[in-house]
Amino acid sequence: MSLLLLITLLLLGGVLAWLAERISPKLPAPLAMATITLAALYLVFLAANPASDTMTGSSATTGDWWLYWRADWIPRFGISLEFGMDGVSFLLVALTLLLGLIAISASWSEIDFKPGLFQANILWTLAGVCGVFLALDLFLFFLFWEVMLIPMYLLIAVWGHEEKAYAAMKFFIFTQVSGLLMLLSIVILAVHTANVTGRWSFSYFDFLAAAPDGRIAMITMLGFFLAFTVKLPGFPFHTWLPDAHTQAPTAGSVLLAGILLKTGAYGLLRFAIPLFPEASMAFAPIAMSLGVAGIIYGAILAFAQTDFKRLVAYSSVSHMGFVLLGLYALNSLALQGAVMQMVAHGVSTAALFMLAGALQQRLHTRDMRQMGGLWHQAPRMGACAMFFALASLGLPGLGNFIAEFLVLAGLFAVQPWFAVLAALGLVTAAVYSLWMIQQAFQGKSEESRVMQDFGGREMMAMTAMVVALIWLGLYPQPILDLAAPAVAGLIQQLPDSLAAVSP
Amino acid sequence: MSIESLYALLPLVILSAGVLVLMLQVAFWRNLNTTVTLTVITLVGAALGSVPAADFTPLQVTPLLLADRLALFFCALFCVAAAVTALLSLHFLAQREDEPEEYFLLLILSTLGACVLACSVHLASLLLGLELLSISLYALIAYPDKSLLPLEAATKYLVLSGAASATALFGFALLYAATGTLSFEELGQALSTTDSSRGTLLFASVMIVAGLGFKLSLVPFHLWTPDVYDGAPAPVTGYLASVSKAAVFLALLRWFVLSDLFRYEILIQCMGLIAIFSMLAGNLLALMETGLKRLLAYSSIAHMGYLVIIFMVAGSAENRNLATEAAAFYLVAYTATTLGAFALLAMFAGGDRKRENPELRDISGLMWRRPLVAILMLAAMLSLAGIPLTAGFIAKFYIISVAAIGHHWILLGTLVLGSGIGIYYYLRVVYYLIQRPHDNAGNIPIPQGRMLQLVSCALIAGILLLGTVPQPLMLYLRSIL
Repeated sequence: MSLLLLITLLLLGGVLAWLAERISPKLPAPLAMATITLAALYLVFLAANPASDTMTGSSATTGDWWLYWRADWIPRFGISLEFGMDGVSFLLVALTLLLGLIAISASWSEIDFKPGLFQANILWTLAGVCGVFLALDLFLFFLFWEVMLIPMYLLIAVWGHEEKAYAAMKFFIFTQVSGLLMLLSIVILAVHTANVTGRWSFSYFDFLAAAPDGRIAMITMLGFFLAFTVKLPGFPFHTWLPDAHTQAPTAGSVLLAGILLKTGAYGLLRFAIPLFPEASMAFAPIAMSLGVAGIIYGAILAFAQTDFKRLVAYSSVSHMGFVLLGLYALNSLALQGAVMQMVAHGVSTAALFMLAGALQQRLHTRDMRQMGGLWHQAPRMGACAMFFALASLGLPGLGNFIAEFLVLAGLFAVQPWFAVLAALGLVTAAVYSLWMIQQAFQGKSEESRVMQDFGGREMMAMTAMVVALIWLGLYPQPILDLAAPAVAGLIQQLPDSLAAVSP
Repeated sequence: MSIESLYALLPLVILSAGVLVLMLQVAFWRNLNTTVTLTVITLVGAALGSVPAADFTPLQVTPLLLADRLALFFCALFCVAAAVTALLSLHFLAQREDEPEEYFLLLILSTLGACVLACSVHLASLLLGLELLSISLYALIAYPDKSLLPLEAATKYLVLSGAASATALFGFALLYAATGTLSFEELGQALSTTDSSRGTLLFASVMIVAGLGFKLSLVPFHLWTPDVYDGAPAPVTGYLASVSKAAVFLALLRWFVLSDLFRYEILIQCMGLIAIFSMLAGNLLALMETGLKRLLAYSSIAHMGYLVIIFMVAGSAENRNLATEAAAFYLVAYTATTLGAFALLAMFAGGDRKRENPELRDISGLMWRRPLVAILMLAAMLSLAGIPLTAGFIAKFYIISVAAIGHHWILLGTLVLGSGIGIYYYLRVVYYLIQRPHDNAGNIPIPQGRMLQLVSCALIAGILLLGTVPQPLMLYLRSIL
């Protein structure tokens, strides 16, 4: 019940924020902030007392689950409200709520049109994403997967920048069409399960028990893979991302880059690989080459951008390539790295998008050619930008380095040549990140420009993310421990377990 | 004809009585409000009448009609849909100020036709219901607004629909010549023994499918749809799109099942092709459309295409019940959604006579001016697009499930492709709805009123409830099949 309560809390908070707009346009933002804080506290409480929620499920497979709850929803098709939280889910939900706070503080004073509905949409997106990370019934998972798009679509289409119509439409169509293919796969799996067990079910555990093999497995796996790689985004399916990220309002970009992309990675980790271990292994070389292609292609395109937000967006394509590589290297070291990358990239990119939003709000442009010398006028912004650019290029001592290093180390054991190519991504990341800093913050400044530096609220958000990245970089063990059971479980699923390289 | 048979057909009886009462009322005392009240009472009474009637089912009433729970369920649905249409028409008619009382008479008559179709188990009653429905519709299209566009639409519909009915009738005649019977069940038995004249039979079936396919606006019999939708008064279009299609589909499905026409492989393959072409053509043609009514017309072609997949699945006997259940759910969801989508157009038409055919830009920024109706339109569009939490998603899920069980991969592929294309134009409507207000925004007055608000809320609730708690309806449909 408690996990459903967490999601309901966010949904209700959204409704409340919407209504609060009528009283005062200043009210929704603090209200949304309070809701997320409350949800975060509740999450911590749940994680601290896992026994507070009894395991009502009959399934014996609940070993690694901290919390598990299920209730019938549409018994006609064996669909239930089935939620579970393990280490990875907890990590991602925590990240979601943290970035939710960041997103709201980033848009504190940016929104003047219907601020209540804006905050409501942020909260609903968060609720949808939490649902994705917690649902264990695949029908329910699909529902959250689709429903989280609608508030995100509204965020882009109503509060976005000049090309919002095109960007929002492209974002929605890409995810929706690939989502339909996933729905088809889910239904095929359910029909297969019904044939094996004699009753309808969409439960993750039933799917695991009755996993298909051969051609069905390959085809259904592809349906899942496609949906998740579009969201990730993987190399040929990434074209929606730069548009959506660039046109979204700051809070939207933060959420998109920080957490929505992670739903794709989470889907691969939780569903695509464990449900179809053999097919995934057979498919791994292709997936890995898509990952490498994404890393290099994203980096090259990032270097070619003049739009600050677009540059960060392409760098996301490059960084998420590491996640794809790490997942399909299929050993525990690389998988740990992938999880780590999800968290670290979430934080660092969110920060960069927040910076980009702050710049746009102050300068009314995202074009880096019109910037230059900003450090002089806004030293705090410059310092923050420098820090996160360094984090993004993988400076040792910060979270992203640990993640990318783990992925590369794990990958090297399996596919050395892929690892060599992927390592190029670290070099190119340095090129575009530093170039970005140089273009925007260094050089000669325009004397007439008056710019406001970061204020207390913004610095607080930035500090939180700085601390998080340093912590991830210096003491990553807690995160690795959280992810370990899930990773170990996944490795166990694989046939003739590959020479496991333990962390 | 025993007293039980009258009870079992209570909705039909109430509708017929309502027509008579209304006729007398109009003859002696013309008053719009009284007429509307009587109409709604009749329709709601008929809908409620199907509850006691269900106790007497299944009952064969004369060789023509069968009152079973499925038929009564759909009678109730049609009556409710007609009642909603009546309420939505009120402003539209008040705007015209032209003795519009007979409009409601025609509405009840065509509902009676739809109910007869739902109950029919005989080709004669099928034709009877079909004509009762269509002839009332011709008048409904042309009557309320005597301008050029509705007249053109009505004429077009009259001529083409008449031709389609004639084609179907010719098919009936051929069938009768070959088998000597018109009752669905006897037809099935006769067909299982006569194999020699298969050519004639097939020809007859194809003609009937063509005739009924016209009414369902399936490709290649769809050409009338956008023009008629465009010309007809908005409330009538909503009625035509939902009730008339659902009734014809139901009758066609029943005929296929009872006469076991699934044994004709070629016929079923034809249905498959029709489904594929309808899904693709409907969605593709809607892409470039900017008129809302025409857009919905093309969308309805696509949706009928999705529905026809049911015929392919029902081909195998073990999946037939599931397929019927899916079809019934889809029809309910589609009726609610279509009424929701046309409700907004009906309100437009009720606000300003010049704006009979709203364009996309006319609804620009509606969300910020009239949130309630905009949310209704939003829910309807998301439901048509098949987004979760709406009725349309569960309906689509049903179709995908039955098609996957039947291993119809090509149809499934087309469905996914069609839905993918569809998202674009449904989303475009949504985009216009939520556009930020600017100076040249569409500024059509929409009538306000408690009644319209109530209807809007009910439709929104219907669409969302079917999408979030579908279990009761699923169980009920399953229990009556």
